[in-house]
Amino acid sequence: MTNLEKYDKLFFDAFKVKAVELPSLKYQGIALWDSLGHMDLIGAMEETFKISISTIDVLDFSSYEKGKEILAKYGVEL
Amino acid sequence: MDCDNLLLLEPYGLPRAEKRELFTQVLTDLTRRHRADCPEYARLLGALGTPENRPLAPEEVPMLPVSLFKELELRSVPEEAVFKTLTSSGTTGQKVSKIYLDAPTSALQQQVLCRIMEDVLGPKRMPLLVLDTRKVLRDRSMFSARGAGILGFSIFGSKICYALDEHMQLDWDGVQAFLEEHSGEPIFLFGFTFMIWKHVVRALEAQGKHLDIPRGILVHGGGWKKLAHEAVSPAEFRERIAAATGITRVSDYYGMAEQTGCIYLECPCGHLHASVWSDILVRRAEDGALCAPGEPGVLQVLSLLPRSYPGHSLLTEDMGVLLGEDDCPCGRLGKYVRVTGRVPKAEVRGCSDTYEG
Repeated sequence: MTNLEKYDKLFFDAFKVKAVELPSLKYQGIALWDSLGHMDLIGAMEETFKISISTIDVLDFSSYEKGKEILAKYGVEL
Repeated sequence: MDCDNLLLLEPYGLPRAEKRELFTQVLTDLTRRHRADCPEYARLLGALGTPENRPLAPEEVPMLPVSLFKELELRSVPEEAVFKTLTSSGTTGQKVSKIYLDAPTSALQQQVLCRIMEDVLGPKRMPLLVLDTRKVLRDRSMFSARGAGILGFSIFGSKICYALDEHMQLDWDGVQAFLEEHSGEPIFLFGFTFMIWKHVVRALEAQGKHLDIPRGILVHGGGWKKLAHEAVSPAEFRERIAAATGITRVSDYYGMAEQTGCIYLECPCGHLHASVWSDILVRRAEDGALCAPGEPGVLQVLSLLPRSYPGHSLLTEDMGVLLGEDDCPCGRLGKYVRVTGRVPKAEVRGCSDTYEG
């Protein structure tokens, strides 16, 4: 599985969304991506890519697209 | 000043004169905005005769008694912009306060909390032991203040463990396993003072057990609530925490659901500090005049954050004392206070007394 596939799968698993919904997916944009869901997503993200995301970046992780930029900071190429 | 610039400020770096200038500017702007966008607030300000066309000094900004959020729907954004309604039973009485948050206000609160806590925790997240039960998070649409507090602080946790089970019993095995998994790492612990006292400290003492968390950093808040009769001094609280858990880094904080985010965090000298995003005034209960430093009175809290509800200047139901400003031995600038307890019930009088529906 490529990193992008792994990244997408984390969203599929956490929020039960379809691939077409990903580009416009935002924090608080759907019921499941609330603050609790957010922490679960971040936790799974860290585990999958073996990284440790800082508090500021957790807050900054506001959408599916924004998340890609943040992961790049941690050396995860998607 | 816009939100992005606000967030760039140093949490405890602004001297008195500059802070006053910032607060005059932002609070005047917030008062104007809420007046335009919240009809109930506009009516109150009309009744109080608050001037519309000149800057308001921080102490002139009308203060709403926190209890007013139980009586009125105070909202400055359209209903559909509200994505979270915080409820608080922290104030006395049966009704709950309702605080309407839109996405920008909530994000700002969270970011400010993060900036304040960085002072204690640093930028990295660490394993978090919540000294509470997961049960308080169950209803995700209507957040209780306790649940919101736990969720707000959970961003600082990399791995999260809840120390209490649903019957409020210490989950000894779960906690031990968590500590073992993270041995040698700093551990962040968060909880509410009265819960920690009853369900952790006293419970451990009664069982003759103790935890070993020498690298723990405990942040607690919320006061004693219904356990006021069991309240001990901050020094004794620290001692008993240390004896029961091995934790020596303990910070109390003062804060409320009505102004989530800008908490008043305790410094190593034992003082509660206003950050650059909030300020605190102490007023005489009889006439509302400002108290001198050292003179106990009712606490009024100012915050630069509330955008979706008119909560930027509130009269609390808490008593406290201003200890000083810009001169705490810890080096932090801004006011520092001690919170001494709840206001005796009949004494809180504020804007709601002039409000006639």
